[in-house]
Amino acid sequence: MQRIGVFVCHCGSNIAATVDVSKVAELALMEPGVVHAEDYQYMCSEAGQAKIAAAIQEKNLTGIVVCSCSPRMHEATFRKAAERAGLNPYMVEIANIREHCSWIHKDIEEATKKAVILMRAAVAKVNLNTPLQAGESRVTKRALVIGGGIAGIQTALDIADAGYEVDIVEKTPSIGGRMSQLDKTFPTLDCSACILTPKMVEAAAHEKINIYTYSEVDKVSGFVGDFTVDIRKKARSVDMDKCTGCGVCQEKCPSKKSLNEFNRGLNNRSAIYTPFAQAIPNVPVIDRDACIKFKTGKCGICSKVCQAGAIDYEQKDEIITEKYGAIVVATGFDTIKLDKYDEYAYNQSKDVITSLELERVMNAAGPTHGHLERLSDGKAPKEIVFIQCVGSRCSDDRGKPYCSKICCMYTAKHAMLIRDKYPDVNVTVFYIDVRTPGKNFDEFYRRAVEQYGVNYIKGQVGKVIPQPNGKLLVQGADLLDNKQILKEADMVVLATAIEPNPDVRKIATMLTASIDTNNFLTEAHAKLRPVESPTAGIFLSGVCQGPKDIPETVAQAGAAAVKAIGLLAKDKLLTNPCTAQADVLLCNGCSTCENVCPYGAITYEDKEVNDHGIRETRRVAVVNNALCQGCGACTVACPSGAMDLQGFSNRQIIAEVDAICR
Amino acid sequence: MKYSYYPGCTLRTKAKDLDDYARVSAKALGVELIEVEDWQCCGGVYPLGSDEIATKLSSVRALNAAKEKDQALVTMCSACHHVIKRVNDDMKNVEDIRTKANNYMGLDEPYQGETEVLHFLEVLRDKVGFDELKKRVTNPLTGKKIGAYYGCLLLRPGKVLGFDDPENPTIIEDFIRAIGAEPVVYPYRNECCGGYISLKEKEMAENMCDKIMNSAEGFGADMLITACPLCMYNLNKSGKLPVVYFTELLAEALGVKEEVQA
Amino acid sequence: MSSEKKQAEKIKEISGVNPLKCMKCGKCSASCPSYNEMDIKPHQFVSYVVNEDIESLVNSKSLWKCLSCFACVERCPRDVKPGKLIDAARQIVVREKGKDYLKADEIPELLDPELPQQLLVSAFRRYRR
Repeated sequence: MQRIGVFVCHCGSNIAATVDVSKVAELALMEPGVVHAEDYQYMCSEAGQAKIAAAIQEKNLTGIVVCSCSPRMHEATFRKAAERAGLNPYMVEIANIREHCSWIHKDIEEATKKAVILMRAAVAKVNLNTPLQAGESRVTKRALVIGGGIAGIQTALDIADAGYEVDIVEKTPSIGGRMSQLDKTFPTLDCSACILTPKMVEAAAHEKINIYTYSEVDKVSGFVGDFTVDIRKKARSVDMDKCTGCGVCQEKCPSKKSLNEFNRGLNNRSAIYTPFAQAIPNVPVIDRDACIKFKTGKCGICSKVCQAGAIDYEQKDEIITEKYGAIVVATGFDTIKLDKYDEYAYNQSKDVITSLELERVMNAAGPTHGHLERLSDGKAPKEIVFIQCVGSRCSDDRGKPYCSKICCMYTAKHAMLIRDKYPDVNVTVFYIDVRTPGKNFDEFYRRAVEQYGVNYIKGQVGKVIPQPNGKLLVQGADLLDNKQILKEADMVVLATAIEPNPDVRKIATMLTASIDTNNFLTEAHAKLRPVESPTAGIFLSGVCQGPKDIPETVAQAGAAAVKAIGLLAKDKLLTNPCTAQADVLLCNGCSTCENVCPYGAITYEDKEVNDHGIRETRRVAVVNNALCQGCGACTVACPSGAMDLQGFSNRQIIAEVDAICR
Repeated sequence: MKYSYYPGCTLRTKAKDLDDYARVSAKALGVELIEVEDWQCCGGVYPLGSDEIATKLSSVRALNAAKEKDQALVTMCSACHHVIKRVNDDMKNVEDIRTKANNYMGLDEPYQGETEVLHFLEVLRDKVGFDELKKRVTNPLTGKKIGAYYGCLLLRPGKVLGFDDPENPTIIEDFIRAIGAEPVVYPYRNECCGGYISLKEKEMAENMCDKIMNSAEGFGADMLITACPLCMYNLNKSGKLPVVYFTELLAEALGVKEEVQA
Repeated sequence: MSSEKKQAEKIKEISGVNPLKCMKCGKCSASCPSYNEMDIKPHQFVSYVVNEDIESLVNSKSLWKCLSCFACVERCPRDVKPGKLIDAARQIVVREKGKDYLKADEIPELLDPELPQQLLVSAFRRYRR
C-alpha cells in the first residue's frame, strides 16, 4: 500500500479565488492511501517545495500528488523536489486544477467539485505508480539547418563558432534567401547585399559549415540527439568541383525564355543559370525543364563552351545520409499569390506590382538595372500609390488573418528612397494603421512624412482601374476627410501579405513538429520557449515561426543557435523511462503496433515463451527503449492489450477514469 | 443535354430577344431547354434579410420542379440567376431557411438544394465547351470588337455564385472569342449599372452607365453584350455604344438568327 | 432594453452581421459606386449600429442610394459586409406601416416604354413591404 501526500496550491488567487483549496485538501485525506494533505499559497516556491520535502521524510511518503498548474509548467520542479527528498521522481503526479479548472470556471462550488475529482484521479494513479529509472542516449555533435536565408546562415554561423559541425540544406541553387532579393534595408537604408554577402562568404568559408545547395530534406528519423536525415542533392548537371564560375555557359545558352525567379519573374534567364552575381556557390545549375538538350537531345552548347569540362548531363540526384543531434528549421517565407485580389488589377496591369517586385526594380541587378520605371512601357512614373495590408489582416478566406509585420516599414523605406532619388515623383500611401514599433522605427516612418513629404492617407483602396491612356485610376477612401478619392497613378505597389514557405508543411510532418493554422511552426511556449518546437531537438529560426524583420530574424537565429548548442554540448541525454513494453504472453504477432509506431521502435522477433506450462516459439513484438518516445500509439492500436506504457499503463488510466466516474 | 429552363418575367415581355435567340441557339447546339411549368417570378432581387422566407419560395418551387425531373435548372437573365442560385445556396446550407421554406412548401420530400443551377453561359462553358462551340460556329463574327458587360448580379457574391473570378472574370470574353469576335477588356465591366435605382434616381444610373460606356469605348469596344434586361435598359439610356444580348450574337454566329426573325 | 438597442439588435439579426468584426479599413467606402450620393457612408453604417444610433440610420438617404451591387460585400476583408447592414436598415423602414419609399400612384409617371418589368419588380422589393 502506498503512503501518499497531497499538496494543494493556491497559486495566489489564480486557483484559490475559484477553488476551495482547503476543502480539496480535506477531502484528499479520505482517499485510499493518502496519509497527508495540506494546502499552501505557492507550492512552487522554495517554502512550498520545503513543505513537500519535509512531508516526504516525516511521513515516509511513497508517492505524492500536487494539485496545481499544468504539468507543462511545474511537473519538472516537483519531480526534482521529490527526488531531493529521496523519492523516485516518477512517483509524482500533477492534478491540473488551474488551466483545467480554476481558469475556465466561475462558480466556486462547481470548480471545487471538479478540482476534487481531478485530485482523486491523480491519487488513483499514484496508487499504481512504480519507480522508474531514466536511461541515457547519446548526442551526435552535429547540427542540421534547413534553409539558407539570413536566418539559416546566422544560426549556422553561431553554432559553428561554438565549435560544432553544421550542415545547411538550401533548396535553391544559392544561399542568401529573401534578403538577397532586397535592395536596401530599414531603418538604416544600408544596401542589403553589402551586409548579407559577407555573412554568406563567412558561412561558405567556415571550416565547420558544410552547405548543400539545390538540395532538399527527403526523410528524417530518430529523435533528439540522434536524428538520421536523408538529404537529396538534386542533379545540378554541373560538376561543382570542376566549374570555375566563368559564366560563359550562361551567355551562350540559346534557351533564354525562362522566368527569372530571383527577379520575381519580371525578366527572363537562361536554362543554365546562377540566380544572382554573388551566388554561393558560384556554380550554375541546368533547369532541365527549360534546357533544349534535355527536351530534344540536341544542343549541348554549354558543354562545348565549358573550358573546364564541368557540364554533366548524366548527373543524377544523390542521397546523402547523415546523423544530427539538433535540427533548426529556417525555411522562411514567400509573398501570397494575388489571384483572389484582382480588384487591385495585379493580373490586369504590368504597372501594378508587389513590394518585393519593387525591390528588384529598384536594384541595380534587377530587370530595369535600378531605374524606377513602369514595366509596361519603360516610362518614368510621376505618381506612385502604395497600398498597405493587401491580404494581411483578412478574416475572409482570401487572405491571412495576421499582420505581416514588415510592410509598414518597408513601404516607408520605398517611399523615402523614391522621394530621395526622384524628388519630382509624388508618393501616396493608403494605410489602415501604421504599425512601427521597434527601435528607431516610428522615427523612420515620420521622417518619410515630415522630411520627404510622403502623402499618407488613412483608408483602403477599393479598386485600381486601368485607363485607356495607360494610367491607373486608384479609387480609395480617405476616412479622416470622409471622402472617396480618385487618384491617377503611373504605378501601384501592393504591400502583399507574407506566408510561410509552402514546403514547411512537408518538412514539419517529417520532423513531427507542430504547425498552426497559418502554417507557421508552433513554439514550445509562446513566451518562455519561443525558439524551440514542442518536439525535442527541433529549433525555429526566422519567419517559419512567425512574421519578423531582419533584426528580429537575426536575433532569433542566434537564440535558436544557443538552444541547439546547449543540446550539442551534452554528452548524454536522459531518456524518458515512460516507454512501451510488450507482454509476450498476450501478443498475437499481428504487427499492428509496428505499423503505427512513428519512431520505428518496434520490431518482431521469434521468442520462446512459456504459456501455462506450454513452451513454444512465437513471433512477438519487441520495443527498443532507446527509440521509443512514449507516444502511446501502440498501446491503443494493440488489439490484444499486450502493449503497455510504463508510467501510463492501461491499469493506471482505467483507475483514473474510475476515480473520475466514482 | 436536357435542362429545365427558367426564363423569368422580363424574357416574356421586354426581353423576348434574349429568350428567343437563346432557344434557337440551344437547339442548334443540341441543348434541350424544357421550360419549367407554371414558373413564378423570382422577385428580381435576392432578399438580404435573413428572416425573409416567403420571398424566396418562388425560386424554391422552380428548383424543386427541376429536381423532380432530375435536371439542372438553366437561367438566362442575370437577375433570375442571382436570386435562384442564392436561394439554392440557402436551401443547401442554411438550416433555418431550409426548415421554414419546407414548412411553407409542404412537399412530399423536402427540398434541400439538390438542383444544380446553371446560367446559360455556364452551360456553354462547362457543358457544351467553348472549344466545341467554336467548331459549331458557321458565321464567325470576325472583326467585331466586343466589350463584355458583367454587372454585379452574375459575379457577386463570388463565393455563392461560383460563376467566375468576381474581380477579373473571363467567361464572356472566352465566349466572344468562341464566336469569332475580339473581346475588349475594360475595368468597369464588373461595376454596377445602377440596377433598380434607375426607377427613381435616373441621374445616378445614367452617371454610372456613362462611366461604363466611356471605359469600354476608351479601350476600343464597338459594342457591349449583356445577359441582363435591366443592364440593357440602363446602358441603352446612355446611348454611346450599341448593347445587345449575348444570345443574339450567339444565334448570329451559329447561323440561326433568321429563325427568330421569321 | 431601450428601443434603440432593440432596433440595433434587430438590424444585426436581419443582416446576420457582427459589426464588431470591423477593423475600420474603409474598403467598403472605397468600393462604393454610390459613395458621393450618401450622407452616411458605408463604413459609418457599422459604427452607427455599434453605437445604436438607429434613428439617424433609418432617416439616412443612403438607404435609397445603395445599389445592392455587393461590391462592399465582396471586398470586405473582415466579413462584415456593410451592404447587408444597409439592406437591414432599409427593411426596418419599409416594414413599418406607411413608410414605403415607392407609392403606387407615383409609378405611372416613372414609366417609359422601354422599361423592363424586372425593374418594377426589383424596385417594389427594395422600396416596399
